[in-house]
Amino acid sequence: MKFAESPVLAPRFPLWRSRFVLALFAVGFAVLAGRAVYLQAFNDEFLQAKGESRYSRVIEIPANRGRILDRNGEALAVSTPVKSIWAIPDDVVMNAQQLGRLAELLEMPKDEIRKRLAGAERDFTYVKRQIPPATADAVAALKVPGLHQSREYRRYYPGGEVMAHVLGFTGAADVGQEGIELAYQAHLAGKPGSRRVIKDRLGHIVEDVGSIREAQEGKDVRLALDSRIQSLAYGQLRATVEQHRARGGGIVVLDASTGEILALANLPAYNPNNRAKLVGSQLRNRAVTDEFEPGSTLKPFTVALALDRGKVKPTTVIQTAPGSLTIGSATIRDAHPGGAMTVEQVIQKSSNVGSAKIALGLPPAEMWELFADVGFGTAPRLGFPGEANGKLRPFKTWKPVEQATMSYGHGIAVSLLQLARAYTIFARDGELAPLSLLRVDMPVAGRTVLSPATARDVRRMLEMAVQPGGTAPLAQIMGYRVAGKTGTAHKLEHGGYAPDKYVSSFVGFAPASQPRLVIAVMIDEPSAGKYYGGQVAAPLFAKVMEGSLRALGVPPDAPMKPVELPPAGAEVKESV
Amino acid sequence: MTRLSLLLLAALALCAVGLVTSQHQARKLFVELEREHARARALDVEWGQLQLELSTWGLHSRVERLAAARLGLRAPDARRTRIVEHPAP
Repeated sequence: MKFAESPVLAPRFPLWRSRFVLALFAVGFAVLAGRAVYLQAFNDEFLQAKGESRYSRVIEIPANRGRILDRNGEALAVSTPVKSIWAIPDDVVMNAQQLGRLAELLEMPKDEIRKRLAGAERDFTYVKRQIPPATADAVAALKVPGLHQSREYRRYYPGGEVMAHVLGFTGAADVGQEGIELAYQAHLAGKPGSRRVIKDRLGHIVEDVGSIREAQEGKDVRLALDSRIQSLAYGQLRATVEQHRARGGGIVVLDASTGEILALANLPAYNPNNRAKLVGSQLRNRAVTDEFEPGSTLKPFTVALALDRGKVKPTTVIQTAPGSLTIGSATIRDAHPGGAMTVEQVIQKSSNVGSAKIALGLPPAEMWELFADVGFGTAPRLGFPGEANGKLRPFKTWKPVEQATMSYGHGIAVSLLQLARAYTIFARDGELAPLSLLRVDMPVAGRTVLSPATARDVRRMLEMAVQPGGTAPLAQIMGYRVAGKTGTAHKLEHGGYAPDKYVSSFVGFAPASQPRLVIAVMIDEPSAGKYYGGQVAAPLFAKVMEGSLRALGVPPDAPMKPVELPPAGAEVKESV
Repeated sequence: MTRLSLLLLAALALCAVGLVTSQHQARKLFVELEREHARARALDVEWGQLQLELSTWGLHSRVERLAAARLGLRAPDARRTRIVEHPAP
């Protein structure tokens, strides 16, 4: 039977039925097309997001914190990635064997791990922070559920306590907290970036869609610091502080031609790699943040001013007998009355009466101006946290006796760094060098404060002060001409001077024929018997200066013969 | 007319296959590039660690201590130092 003749086809249906079915289909297609247009053109974000989430990933690009280098490129602070192991305690399922292996890898007792996982925090706890990546990989290989890792950076300081105060350290999240780390935070810090990529089924990145945020690696900082000189200075400072049972001390080494800080060390110090038991007194960068009354190290400034203004000549005779001078109700004394002295001898023997008499012949405004010009009373603004201004009162409030005592460094306070910098005017023919923490390659121009002739005159006087007959023969070095000045001051305590507590200091430079380095030394409360700057601070100066000149290869400017020391008992004691 | 159409169809098919192949090649190369990038980063990290190690072992105070303790060396004082003039080259 043919299909066309099938009896099923025989009945005739009304035409509207087939039309109706056709219309149904047409409506169905129209709805589908409408939906498709809606999803493709009007409400496309949702599906696109769903699609993208199946292949595209945003990945973090980590950025390293910059390194801190010394002037010769030696690394002083380096960040390196480490891993931290953390856990969601509720998810952790671990058998005894895994626990044993974990304890072994993390070098922790098993009980300690159990205690951490059973702690109060149910959804997050650190198991161990900052472990080497290799160990972390071994931990990951254990495949313990609930145990996770995160990447962190840890900063290491190979120099340890030697550089601690200059470098400072970083805290959590690699942010600078002290020293250079804080001062150059913006420069050192890296900015992590992120980018969008397409990953395949195996997790490989197969295509770079685009970067969302460019990662910025932290930049390196090259310091002026010379690590050889720094370790020498720190080592010798520590030996001196221990020998004299002092409470603390500081040393600053400057390059006279560039104003670079080649070394800066303080005691007490700390180890920046292990800051568990850190106290405030260790943290303080004394050479920069602490001010002290410098004592006789200020005498050369008064004398220089008097010379510059033509009030005295180096050979002018000043009567210091009978070794005391009464101004109003106060009396200034010399430890050893000297009689009639030339201006040169006032510096050489460090006579308080002599310098007071010279100061009283000068207008207070000019004295104030010189002190302000060499940087006393204003912070050096290096970017170190807590830089001391020092104390320099306005000259209008000075009484004559104060002007006299200020000439030998009492009633005025400076930081060791300010003092070292001020001495650059004598080391470089009257110019004050700008300070720099960063390496400077060319000699820099300073601000002229004194005439070159005056600076040279004072330089000669300072050279006399370290020769036999001066207050600091122990500051001499074989092969080099040295110039410098001692200071010994009573410490200020409760608004008065403590009778038996001293600050011993020495500031000097060498080679005197063409000064290359300025070194300032301060020893706080030496309490092993000796306290004169010439006995405590000068030998430290000599050791550091000798080693530094040798490290820098500075040619000697004096014959190689043993230094002359005065016979025992004949040392010149300075006035305190 | 039909022949031209067939020719074009064949060319189209070839192009399509070429596109797929080159895309695959590109992805493979990109995976390799990524791997090298990761290696560069790892080497960078290692370099930092080695630098750290260098600084730690080569610390001046450590070298001096070892030289004094193990080898019995010490820095000569100026009395034992002779400075020689370097002849002009």
